Amino acid sequence: MIDDDFVKALLEGRDFISVKHRDDCLTLDCLPDSLIGFCKHLRDDQTFDLLVDLTAVDHGEEADSRFQVVLHLYSLIHKSYLRLHVACPDNQSPCIPSISSVFPAANWHERETFDMFGIKFSDHPNLKRILMWDDYPYFPLRKEFPLAGIEVPLPAADVAEVTGADVDPAPMMGGPFVASGNGRMSEAEPRAKDESWTEESEKPL
Amino acid sequence: MSTTVKEVQIGDVGAQAAAHADGERMSLNVGPSHPTTHGVLRLLMELDGDFITRCEPVLGYLHRGDEKIAENMTYNQFVPYTDRLDYLAPLANNVAYAITVEKLAGIKLPERCEAIRVLVCEMARISSHLLGMGVFGMDAGAWTPFMYTFTEREKLYTLFEELTGARFTTSYTRIGGVARDLPEGWMPKVEKFVDELPKAIDEVEKLLTRNRIFLDRTEGIGTISKEDAIAYGLTGPNLRASGVDLDLRKDKPYSGYEKYEFDVPIGTKGDCYDRYLVRIEEVRQSILIVKQVIASMPGGLWYADDAKKIFAPPKEKVMTSMEELIQNFMIVTEGPQVPAGETYFEAENPKGALGFYLVSRGGGVPYRLKIRAPSFCNLSILEKLVPGHMLSDITVILGSLDFVMGECDR
Repeated sequence: MIDDDFVKALLEGRDFISVKHRDDCLTLDCLPDSLIGFCKHLRDDQTFDLLVDLTAVDHGEEADSRFQVVLHLYSLIHKSYLRLHVACPDNQSPCIPSISSVFPAANWHERETFDMFGIKFSDHPNLKRILMWDDYPYFPLRKEFPLAGIEVPLPAADVAEVTGADVDPAPMMGGPFVASGNGRMSEAEPRAKDESWTEESEKPL
Repeated sequence: MSTTVKEVQIGDVGAQAAAHADGERMSLNVGPSHPTTHGVLRLLMELDGDFITRCEPVLGYLHRGDEKIAENMTYNQFVPYTDRLDYLAPLANNVAYAITVEKLAGIKLPERCEAIRVLVCEMARISSHLLGMGVFGMDAGAWTPFMYTFTEREKLYTLFEELTGARFTTSYTRIGGVARDLPEGWMPKVEKFVDELPKAIDEVEKLLTRNRIFLDRTEGIGTISKEDAIAYGLTGPNLRASGVDLDLRKDKPYSGYEKYEFDVPIGTKGDCYDRYLVRIEEVRQSILIVKQVIASMPGGLWYADDAKKIFAPPKEKVMTSMEELIQNFMIVTEGPQVPAGETYFEAENPKGALGFYLVSRGGGVPYRLKIRAPSFCNLSILEKLVPGHMLSDITVILGSLDFVMGECDR
């Protein structure tokens, strides 16, 4: 049973975690340095042995702690989820310890988080991009990355040499994306800015 | 001259050769476009003779940036994108997504709406498993079962079309309800379908379950232990085939699943054959759930009437009443208003637990939406599972895992 006693016992002697109040499941803040040990404890002693999800949230460039890694564990015994928040200490080059040694499932999740946010996981066995191609230069789920994308060379250099093609940003006009009521879509959604095609200039052919 | 006798066990020669083969290693690339890989999965393998020594899955060929797109549109606008996750069970995805947002918004749905959702989820499960089983048989070399299951699936799609207007991309749910009520005369058709379905399942079983060739190809192949299944975060039929009793419909009931009686089939060995058996039985259980839902379908509204800032009012009211017109306008332009906070919800989808992690800062657009795709997690075990198997087993292992790349790559 996940009740107050359970939480009290979990907190005892562990000053590196603190409870956050959330309605849906027990949510704990954990310091990155103690993450591996705490995960082992949760897995072996508290039956939270199924890592269902690992991801991150970008709280924006102005936030004190910009990147926050979020883990969701499930316990088959308690039939309950547990959420761990880990704030990445450095906003410029975020890095936290990898838990793939504790949960093999974390391997791909951490690769995806690295791919999308640029968060490094130290001691990860194979930390490379998983959804984007290896040489891709950006981290798409960071808030400053435009929805339309940024022009980059094609991943296949031999094809690019023949066709001269690049990976182009997507045209945003007319798309189903959120616009406020003040006219120009490119102003309303600056992150999806596409100057080549607005209400005033026609779509380039 | 003395004679020395040397004992040779002929039967072991093959195994010894396999264990000590020191021939050249060969790299083999399968996919990204290959019938075996059921989509655009690419496998980089290293072979020693016919044995696989290393397997590295390469993903991302179907990556569309769904999570980024979600941050730039209102909650209802994202519903069609959920169709394209597990595109073999779009209705179940729609429901899982809608429940996540409703959970954060704290909406209580009327019983009819919940029952409709359970009904469509189970129909989606039947449709997905019918395809999964048929294609799995095809992977193992049996063409005919595929024809039987596809015929049945076709009937389901006709029912989906009548309900949602689309056969494939259904987009049936809205935040706070469903797009429209069940059409008149639709439920008897569903009932007729599920009454006839067991006969077709029996025929498929006759063709596959005791088929010698099928058994030879699937039994003892791709065995996943209980511990491995949990460690690699497997969910759904793949996890249950390994003997782990986890079904979110039973353990964390949502949308009123606790009202219906059904069994959760569990495998014992966790091999490809068990995964097939679990799916077959799940279809039979889904049929039972569908029948119970139809028998007990409550009346009333199919949307949360009190969620004024979430669910758009019915069209006839929008056209005649000022208040409803404004309400409709606000929901369409600004999006359903969801309070700030975070939530995580997983639904037991045909492929496994489809989870949505939603962070909101208030307003009509999510701040972050993470999609926890069951196929993504289920495939992560390939690196460990495949080495040691023969090349010809790859087809069967991939078929038995029943994954969808649309969901895996998002």
